[in-house]
Amino acid sequence: MTTMTMREALRTGLREALRTDERVFLMGEDVGAYGGCFAVTTGLLDEFGPTRIRDTPLSESTFVGAGIGAALGGMRPIVEIMTCNFSLLALDQVINNAATLLHMSGGQFNVPVVIRTTAGAGRQLAAQHSHSFEPIFAHVPGLRVVSAATHADARGMLATALADPDPVVIFEYPTILAFEDDVPDDPAPVDLDHAAIRRGGSDVTLVTYGATQHTVLAAAEELADDGIEAEVIDLRTLRPLDDATVLESVARTHRAVVVEEAWRTLGIGAEIAARVSEAAFYDLDAPVGRVASAEVPIPYARHLEEAALPSVDRIVAAVDAVVHHG
Amino acid sequence: MSDHDDVRTLDPDRGTLDRDHGMALLHEMIRIRRFEERCVELYSATKIRGFLHLYIGEEAVATGAMGALDPDDAVVATYREHGHALARGLPMDRVMAEMYGRADGVSGGRGGSMHLFDADTRFYGGNAIVGGGLPIAVGLALADRLRGRQRVTACFFGEGAVDEGEFHESLNLAALWDLPVLFACENNLYSMGVALAHAESQTDLALKAASYGVSAWSLDGMDVLDVEAGTRRAVDAVRAGGGPYFIEYRTYRFRAHSMYDPDLYRPKEEIAAWKERDPIVTFGAVLRERGWLEDADVEAIEDEVAAEIDDAVAFAEASPREPVEDLHRFVTTEVRP
Repeated sequence: MTTMTMREALRTGLREALRTDERVFLMGEDVGAYGGCFAVTTGLLDEFGPTRIRDTPLSESTFVGAGIGAALGGMRPIVEIMTCNFSLLALDQVINNAATLLHMSGGQFNVPVVIRTTAGAGRQLAAQHSHSFEPIFAHVPGLRVVSAATHADARGMLATALADPDPVVIFEYPTILAFEDDVPDDPAPVDLDHAAIRRGGSDVTLVTYGATQHTVLAAAEELADDGIEAEVIDLRTLRPLDDATVLESVARTHRAVVVEEAWRTLGIGAEIAARVSEAAFYDLDAPVGRVASAEVPIPYARHLEEAALPSVDRIVAAVDAVVHHG
Repeated sequence: MSDHDDVRTLDPDRGTLDRDHGMALLHEMIRIRRFEERCVELYSATKIRGFLHLYIGEEAVATGAMGALDPDDAVVATYREHGHALARGLPMDRVMAEMYGRADGVSGGRGGSMHLFDADTRFYGGNAIVGGGLPIAVGLALADRLRGRQRVTACFFGEGAVDEGEFHESLNLAALWDLPVLFACENNLYSMGVALAHAESQTDLALKAASYGVSAWSLDGMDVLDVEAGTRRAVDAVRAGGGPYFIEYRTYRFRAHSMYDPDLYRPKEEIAAWKERDPIVTFGAVLRERGWLEDADVEAIEDEVAAEIDDAVAFAEASPREPVEDLHRFVTTEVRP
């Protein structure tokens, strides 16, 4: 076991991928000389050189498209988009090309590109640096969308994503990059097909993903003090969704609350709630609850930003409402 | 790398043309023209649906340019790509089957007229997002550069793509990283109904490209020999490590933008004047002048092309529809590692 930060876990995963496969290279804004906007790629330029650690111009659409083209050309590109707010400039390439070429070509051209980006608020960066766009990407057939919010996942998801013959978008979370945890020295491959149960419980199922799970786990501890044992499921993969794990849990707990930092309308929570009601309606003792960000562009002022985001208090309140329903 | 001095029109060396090659070029242009004329008939007969963007008038560009490429090179094209696909060597019967949306189509019926793909000839598609193919071409070239392969990626696009940010980003990135891309801009003067002068403050497209440090030429896109010679020169330079090149092919589409377009935005006199420069007619005249082409030769080409198209239509008609049970195929790769 080695204790490392989330940042180091991500860097370790990148280093392992670059060492393992000469087809792998990294490109994006400030991944090289600057060391990464969030210091994730610090040192990689020195270790692997400018051919494989490529700083790009501020041309999101074209460097993402170039990643798609390089993947078509037999490489295994890792394309970093500094934040998902900027990824919107590349959404055409991601949706119209990466996600579409295999189908549109009748199965001839798969696109093994990995796109890493970041999401989430909490640092008073206001409305153009704080949003969570996982649901936008998860809406699109042809993409695999994953969220890396534990150290083991942060380190190991990349290798699994690079082995995927199709495009994978990995969401990372700046607010938790300094968190420390133990990571196995020889980690098992990360399974991107299944959700992970992060905490066992019998009274309510809390479904979440990304950095929010740390808030959810804190809420679960508080609930336990009140005698409510919550099961916490980290979806990890947002497309394709592993509903089986959620449904199996709900069959035991009969109650569910979905917690996410994206907006509530048409979010992952909406999808999970729909699937639970379609497939497990008669297992439920209460309607599925949802906690999400307020439907506002995330504001700058700390108290307003905090009020907009899921919090332990809001999660506990939502669980109370579900547990004491009827 | 180059500067403004590289913006020029080539005067190709016509002395190297022999009869066989000349006849092959004429045959290919007629083949593309007649294929599309048959597509129009089939569209009217509702055998083909969706959008149908005709290349009629522009055949010299794809015909001349493809001849300058090696089989191992890559081609990225647009939604007006029937000519490029045929000239690149995609089998006509499977292209026609794709127009029909059938299982034997080059894209299994999932692409249609705008999305012809073929791994065998490294034909990376008709891309129907204007400018969307340019970054992909940059990436294909980057892969070749990283793997040390001496291949060229030819990226065809219309002058409308120059309006898009991806044009500027892609030329910049290809030049910055010295990548083996041929940016092949088919300037037919109209992006749908908007004239170039109504969309661009600077209409000298080669000048724009040169500003990124990309060697840039303009060629007469109605002259298949000019196209072939100029493209070959650029492709040879790109392959030799000369970085990206940009060619503007000055051309014109004789038909409307698509089957839905009433073509109200172009003066009749302008269309007529360009038709005087029909690449098939003018090149036929060149061959006749040299004593290489008689009426009987033209008839023979027309007969051969008509037979190939008849066969392609019969093939498409006989091709099965993709089973609906296979609707979800190819969203993700079926055989996973």
